[in-house]
Amino acid sequence: MATASEFRTCPDTGLLFHKPAEKLMKINAVVAVVFLLVGGVLGLLVGLTRWPAVHLLGASDFYMVLTAHGIDVLIYWLIFFEMAVLYFCSSTLLGCRLATPRIAWLAFALMLIGAIVNNIAVFQGNSSVMFTSYVPMSADPMFYLGLIVFAVGALLGCFVFLGTLVIAKAEKTYEGSLPLVTFGALTAAIIAIFTIASGAIILIPTFLFSIGFISEIDPLMYRVIWWAFGHSSQQINMAAMVAVWYAVAAVAFGAKPLSEKVSRAAFLLYIIFLQLASAHHILVDPGVSSTWKIFNTSYAMYLAVLASMIHGLTVPGAIEASQRKRGFNKGLFEWLRKAPWGNPAFSGVFMSLVLFGFLGGISGVVMGTEQINLIIHNTIYVPGHFHATVVLGTTLAFMALTYWLVPVLFRRDLVMKGLAKWQPYIFALGMSGVAVFMMGAGTLGVPRRHWDLSFVSAAFTHNFPETAYTLLGLMGISVVLAVIGGAAFCGIIVASLLFGKRLSLTEKGETPLVAEPITSYEGVGMGKIVAPGTFVLALVFLVSFVLYYFVNWKFLAETWGIS
Amino acid sequence: MSALMPPSDRLWWKEPIEKVELLWILLALLWAVLMFVMMPYWHVYGKQNLSSEAYKTTAEAYQKKVQAMVDQYTVRTDGARDFPVVRPPAGSDIYMLARLWDWWPVLELENGKSYRLHLSSLDWQHGFSLQPANINLQVLPGYEMVVTITPNKAGEYSVVCNEYCGIGHHRMVGRIYVTE
Repeated sequence: MATASEFRTCPDTGLLFHKPAEKLMKINAVVAVVFLLVGGVLGLLVGLTRWPAVHLLGASDFYMVLTAHGIDVLIYWLIFFEMAVLYFCSSTLLGCRLATPRIAWLAFALMLIGAIVNNIAVFQGNSSVMFTSYVPMSADPMFYLGLIVFAVGALLGCFVFLGTLVIAKAEKTYEGSLPLVTFGALTAAIIAIFTIASGAIILIPTFLFSIGFISEIDPLMYRVIWWAFGHSSQQINMAAMVAVWYAVAAVAFGAKPLSEKVSRAAFLLYIIFLQLASAHHILVDPGVSSTWKIFNTSYAMYLAVLASMIHGLTVPGAIEASQRKRGFNKGLFEWLRKAPWGNPAFSGVFMSLVLFGFLGGISGVVMGTEQINLIIHNTIYVPGHFHATVVLGTTLAFMALTYWLVPVLFRRDLVMKGLAKWQPYIFALGMSGVAVFMMGAGTLGVPRRHWDLSFVSAAFTHNFPETAYTLLGLMGISVVLAVIGGAAFCGIIVASLLFGKRLSLTEKGETPLVAEPITSYEGVGMGKIVAPGTFVLALVFLVSFVLYYFVNWKFLAETWGIS
Repeated sequence: MSALMPPSDRLWWKEPIEKVELLWILLALLWAVLMFVMMPYWHVYGKQNLSSEAYKTTAEAYQKKVQAMVDQYTVRTDGARDFPVVRPPAGSDIYMLARLWDWWPVLELENGKSYRLHLSSLDWQHGFSLQPANINLQVLPGYEMVVTITPNKAGEYSVVCNEYCGIGHHRMVGRIYVTE
């Protein structure tokens, strides 16, 4: 049992922080932001190289920087932040001591050492193998070793999270079922364990291959198992992102989930079906059958897509119902117009939700369709898609949550509040441009991970249409805008942690940090529909989805016959 | 209670579902099923489908097959490095190999005719990206993939590599001609 002196109660939110857990959340979140900063600078270099008029880096530097950019943001920024989220959702939300803080520190140390070793290997220049490191191309053994050590650390972190849930249950620190947000974090942790296991199964032999202990690794087997790690790791991000959506809706509006059953069932669908996602990367590979592709790529009838569509309705639906309960009940959209658009925690999460759905979700399902993948596989459309999911979705949501964590967890007042108000909009606008223009260029066949579209000194040459060059130029401009938004975020957070006014550990601050919880949605909405505005927006989404889906079938029908 | 706290109703699974959720779940499920059905539907009625035909092979065995085709059907040479241009008969098995950093040889096909295209790599993974038709296939060493292709427009096509394959990746371009 923990003693009372190991805890502090946040005067603004009433949350009970276990001090050893609090330290761990802080250090994981800070390291995450450092990796975001590094990864963002690398992203700028990548963007400025793929902007044809600028073409900043040389070829070997470009491939090296691209490798580091992918790993630093896709893995290190997100997973370090998710560790902070896991500890928060278990220890803090359940008011429970963290299981084995020492092992959590060991987990952190392993993750940090692994990440640094891996980065050193990449920047030494002989591991420019991209995030995917497809065999038989081989990197420096340290490249794989760093990743493996990091993964072991992350796995330990997941176990600390699960252990904390067990302790909370045993010591009865809460009553009934887990809070929905913790349930979402549990989903992320379960997917993370599957992901890390897949990573170990493929990266350990690949490490042995790189030191010459194993002579051959089957490239198709590598792809199938590697993607069970590579794609699933993005599903950790997605589950964590959705948990953050629910959390911010609760914090900013006191929103109660429309119904616990639906939201929890949707998380359950993630656990059961998201793992099939590795198939998306194998759709145009030799050696796997169409039946296998159809079943796995559709997550068995698109049940995980269904889950995301459910969250996409229930989160804004709960926000709408709470707003209506508070009196913004006029017409379809008064609740939305009168939302706190100047609060970066809200605006960030709302844009994350909308842009993840419209840009990331739709494009992901379309390109993951067995046959449509033929006209999209490995074009720059693919990074366009995942910048919409991982950056506009997850990163923007994590940024939004961070604005709230600075006063609550770090007990510092935000500095540069005016800039903070605008930051989510700048970042979202820039990154939407990045995603949309990359997808546009990809539709015209522009390849991803490619240094020189003019094919100088190649045996043959190819002229991409002028439009492709225009789109890549617009992408370059958008990259600059997004990086300004990202830099503003890092600047605000770092400055707030260093120079922000200290908030009292015992007395309430001036601005309320958490809205009064709503207990019932009795009597709100129109007719029997509690969230009619959200439903209309959802219908707009569905219509866009259907139209875009069939437009791509039409594109496919226009190309050569393949059978 | 909010999503940060345990559900206020301990028997939350017995609470009724909101109408708006039910409506949306039904619509979304319907759409999910329709999207699922589209893929088998296209296998029956669509003209762009990958076969499941593929064989295990080795670099030597595959190279031998490609060479045999080149020896038999070369009509001229082309490009900065004088690659053979091969014009195999319509309906036949045609071969292209990927290696660091070439697509070899050049193929010349007839518009509207079908060919069984074989693809494999001699070394690393490569990406067969036929432009501007925008057909993209993964090419793996040790695997020989067979797809039947039917060009629908005469002209000069490029095969760009779109799977990163090392420092010469951006110089890896091949050629396919389609004649009337």
